[in-house]
Amino acid sequence: MIFWKRLKSDKVAVICISVIIVVLLLGIFAPLVAPHNPIEPHINVKFANISLDYPLGTDHLGRCVLSRLLYGIQTTVVLALVTMGATLLIGTLLGVIAGYFRGWIDEVIMRFCDVLLSFPSEVMILAIVGMLGPSLTHVVIANIAAKWAWYTRMIRSSVVQYMDKNYIRFSKVLGCNASHIIRKHLLPNVVSDIIVLATLDTGWVILNISGLSFLGLGVQAPTPEWGMMLNEAKNIMTTHPAQMLAPGLAILIIVIAFNFLGDSLRDVLDPKYSQHRAVAK
Amino acid sequence: MVDWKEGETTRNYILRRLLAIIPILIGISFLAFFLISISPSDPAEVALRVGGITPTHEAVETMRSELGLDKPFLVRYINWLVDSFQGDFGNSYINKRPVLNEMSKALPATIALAVTALIITIVVSIATGVLCAVHEGSIFDKIIRGFIFFGTAMPNFWVGLLFIWMFSVKFNIFPTSGMDGVKSVILPAITLSLTYISTYARLIRNNMIQNKHENYVLYARARGLKENTIHRHIFVNSLQSSLTALGMSIPKLIAGTVIVENIFAWPGIGRLCVTAIFNRDYPIIQAYVLLMAVLFVICNLLVDIFSAVLDPRLGQEQ
Repeated sequence: MIFWKRLKSDKVAVICISVIIVVLLLGIFAPLVAPHNPIEPHINVKFANISLDYPLGTDHLGRCVLSRLLYGIQTTVVLALVTMGATLLIGTLLGVIAGYFRGWIDEVIMRFCDVLLSFPSEVMILAIVGMLGPSLTHVVIANIAAKWAWYTRMIRSSVVQYMDKNYIRFSKVLGCNASHIIRKHLLPNVVSDIIVLATLDTGWVILNISGLSFLGLGVQAPTPEWGMMLNEAKNIMTTHPAQMLAPGLAILIIVIAFNFLGDSLRDVLDPKYSQHRAVAK
Repeated sequence: MVDWKEGETTRNYILRRLLAIIPILIGISFLAFFLISISPSDPAEVALRVGGITPTHEAVETMRSELGLDKPFLVRYINWLVDSFQGDFGNSYINKRPVLNEMSKALPATIALAVTALIITIVVSIATGVLCAVHEGSIFDKIIRGFIFFGTAMPNFWVGLLFIWMFSVKFNIFPTSGMDGVKSVILPAITLSLTYISTYARLIRNNMIQNKHENYVLYARARGLKENTIHRHIFVNSLQSSLTALGMSIPKLIAGTVIVENIFAWPGIGRLCVTAIFNRDYPIIQAYVLLMAVLFVICNLLVDIFSAVLDPRLGQEQ
């Protein structure tokens, strides 16, 4: 496919995808890769230096920092992907329904989206976590709730655009049923419109999940999570500042990977935009 | 939400835009109120627990009627709405003081922080954006673009911690936390503004570079205008869309103070709200959400009106 060819020739995109895949694999196989138990405290080895046994040292409870980072992938990155997946699913479902069938159902969905979108998403997330109480599940729910309306509106407007295209009118005249048109003609187009945004937003969701965990509103101790680790590092900053490095860098690297990948995807999927960029450069 | 209609006057547009916020405000207030009723714990029980009273069956019932929870949902909503309109957001469960007092005590701190961050954002992003666009492709441009990329990916709570370590612990230039004089606002404001600086510096740079290839620039060159004058034209023309984006992000900036206020122990409404979440102090959370949403709507309205007034189509109608 031309899409893959173009993407493969983009070095940055290849590096980003590799980073993301490696991180995900490390997270999934954390029990096999991690040298130690991420939760069990060993007070006698607290603040151990970097050694073969503890590649990144240990924290204030003597837990292996590397193991906690690896298990943290499961919470931060995997949950961010789950959040994005759910958001896209809801957004696509409602957006396609609204855009394809129009009429009253479109009105109802869109007016509801209007109200949701009149909250800044940060406030929405805080409101939901606030009312439901601090927990990781609630953070995920809040993130989905804050984002789905965005996607619904965007997908609807792109569906409306494609509905006017001749090939879709033609399929309608031929008597193709709605599910065929949606699956074969609408979704492939809509997905390519939305994938860039979804990739960029994954970085945003990671920042959100770890940010809320940093505040203590997300993951509860002792579950390893990168924002949570930073929160623990904050309290011992004056004596052991190095504790802040590993989790912060981990977040930075994965978010950069998603952001760069999003930019590359935009160039690949939208030749007009990349031409424009070539001119701008 | 509200689009320009063909041949519509600016005044009519603004009027329609004003009317359109009424249903949105109603929707927002309903949502803010609805959220409390889906909360898994009974507010009456929470109010008793935080007051140190054992929630016996009778005590819960008394508290329910005291808080008006025994009335049907819609009645409660309308009562709450009417009270909120008069500035009465109820009393905090924790210290029994009116929520309005607590909010208005914390609000100036947040506004001071947000305004400082906004000023830093505007000055720095315009300066770097313009310089990058004028010296496009230079080393300076490349370095700044590198910074911008890190700026959008850096978690601001990490940046905040690094700042505290560097400037407060290591070099002892700024205080680590709290609100005490001008010096204490600098670190939190810079932390808060970093993400926005990255966004706007990039936006201004790209807008200006786009404008560089417009015909009016070519014409100006043909007329033999000085480079400085041309750059000024480009700057003014690219400013409008950047200003709109900036206006939209003011409420986001205020909402974004939550994390920064918590790192730097800044006594603003973000910190008030997070403390309220831990204490399950629902009236405060509710008031915070309502305040933020109203602010967001008003800012969007002002931005829309502002750009309607600035819109060049205005001249064509007259």
